[in-house]
Amino acid sequence: MVVVRRLLYSQKAAPYLFIAPFVITLLAFWLLPLARTFLLSTQEVVFGQAAFIGLDNYQRLWEDRLFWKAMFNSARYMVLTIALLIPIPLVLAALINSKIGSDRVKAVFKASMFVPALTSVVVAGIIFRLMFAETGTGLMNQIVGVFGLDPVRWLRIDTGGLIALLALAMWRWTGVNILYFLAGMQSIPEEYYEAATIDGASRLQQFFHITLPNLKPTIVYVTTISIYGGLAMFLESFMLYRGNSSPNDQGLTVIGYLYRRGIEQNDLGFASAVGVVLVVVIMAINLTFLTLSGTFKKESAR
Amino acid sequence: MSAEPATRTRIQLPYWLHGSVQTALLLVLTLVVLAPLLIMFVATFQDGNDVIRRGLSLDVDRSSLSLDNYVMLFTDSGPYFRWFANSILLTVVQVAGTLLVSSFVAYGFAVYEFKGKTALFIAVLLLMAVPFEIMMLPLYVLVNDVGLDDSYSVIVLPFLAAAVTIFYFRQYFLGIPKDLLEAGRMDGATEFGIFFKIVVPVAKPAFAAMAILNGMIIWNNFLWPLLVLRSESKFTLPIGLNTLLTPHENNYELLIIGSMFSLLPVLVLFLLFQRFFVAGMTAGALKG
Repeated sequence: MVVVRRLLYSQKAAPYLFIAPFVITLLAFWLLPLARTFLLSTQEVVFGQAAFIGLDNYQRLWEDRLFWKAMFNSARYMVLTIALLIPIPLVLAALINSKIGSDRVKAVFKASMFVPALTSVVVAGIIFRLMFAETGTGLMNQIVGVFGLDPVRWLRIDTGGLIALLALAMWRWTGVNILYFLAGMQSIPEEYYEAATIDGASRLQQFFHITLPNLKPTIVYVTTISIYGGLAMFLESFMLYRGNSSPNDQGLTVIGYLYRRGIEQNDLGFASAVGVVLVVVIMAINLTFLTLSGTFKKESAR
Repeated sequence: MSAEPATRTRIQLPYWLHGSVQTALLLVLTLVVLAPLLIMFVATFQDGNDVIRRGLSLDVDRSSLSLDNYVMLFTDSGPYFRWFANSILLTVVQVAGTLLVSSFVAYGFAVYEFKGKTALFIAVLLLMAVPFEIMMLPLYVLVNDVGLDDSYSVIVLPFLAAAVTIFYFRQYFLGIPKDLLEAGRMDGATEFGIFFKIVVPVAKPAFAAMAILNGMIIWNNFLWPLLVLRSESKFTLPIGLNTLLTPHENNYELLIIGSMFSLLPVLVLFLLFQRFFVAGMTAGALKG
């Protein structure tokens, strides 16, 4: 009892008890499974029997056409979502943040833009799948028809599928990115703009010379989460194509390939190699970002 | 950029025109963004097979609209409300657990100095940004090894100490005056008594924001439950709805109306607590 009492009052022991759940989580659900994956990636697993095969899985991976196709699809999606989901929300956030226009309309706009983020990827995927139906009566084909074009078989062709995926991403994330940028903009001191106005800078100049430079940390952050989100995209494609297979694998992503080999085909060794490559890529980006943004310096200085 | 000439001729729109152009743009975008949900809502009054065959469409045959789907949803003894109840149960339990465990951990990081703190905190920062998808396979292998597939505990346990939530709470706790904690110690409270009796009540807004954020994420959680759950009686809403999308189920009415109905709890919460949603969503961006 005395020991317990002392433990409860001890400021030395307390922090370890407080952070224990995190340490356990880190060990049991991150480091151990990751180590296991790493080990599995050097093995061939057949009917639960594992045999060490060295780097053969990585060799197979390197020569695997489908893996590179999946990599290409993921990278392409990542680049395009960044190209769309940074500038557009940035401009929209600037519009909301400007002093002109009706505040009520802005509030309604902001709230409406956020609503898609509330929908699950399942529901959003179902809706977009039905909007991009290949029949002439589908919503997107009706819109295309207004411009006098023939119905498009959206999800059967590579570009069509890509457009559907990007539309889905834009729909769900534009509002969230607006919130990020808005939060960043509202932390820029008003005096900067007042000084610029006195100097006769136009609103456009103020945007480029005050807003953008001061938003850099937010832009870096949003870019980083977009890199992860883009590279790890899977469910959007899974829902849009009603499963993990798409015509000519046009919707196959790296995670989709990992899912196919590891979970659908139970080829754990090979899938683990895919997983390890992905972990390495993502961690490299992660560390680069944290170093560039100076987080390490700040944390160790505390 | 070249130096601006001292005098410029600038096309300056009249103030009111500028404002109304902007307002018009925002209103059009609002409509575009809400359109998919509105059209889906109209589809809940239509024949499900028809919608699946023709796609979501703007031209709706008014005579075909009926409340049949609503009657079906609320009178059929199908699995839908079982999934709904499962989702609610899982969300409530997991949110409560995540808030408790994560705030607990965050407090450890916020108020104490201890060996290994920096390294562990960097681990939190790293985990914050790692997408779950890359842990999907390792965790799946682990769960199958220990034979815990098809159980709710496996869905919940790995995510109780959630990095983003820990980070958010830590930032919040850093702002609590140390004097307040000292006063508690003077009164003879244990370190844990201080946390539960002094810190938690002060941090109510942080708990609200994180409850909303986690609630939304968990309500919509799809990939991990998809890998873990096997039996239909344990399905959550997203998993159940996904099974309706397969052609042989042929229950498209339920798919459409069920999808829309599953949005309701989150939408209601959003309308009631919008500012907590915003605080929660932007939590990660407020680093440093």
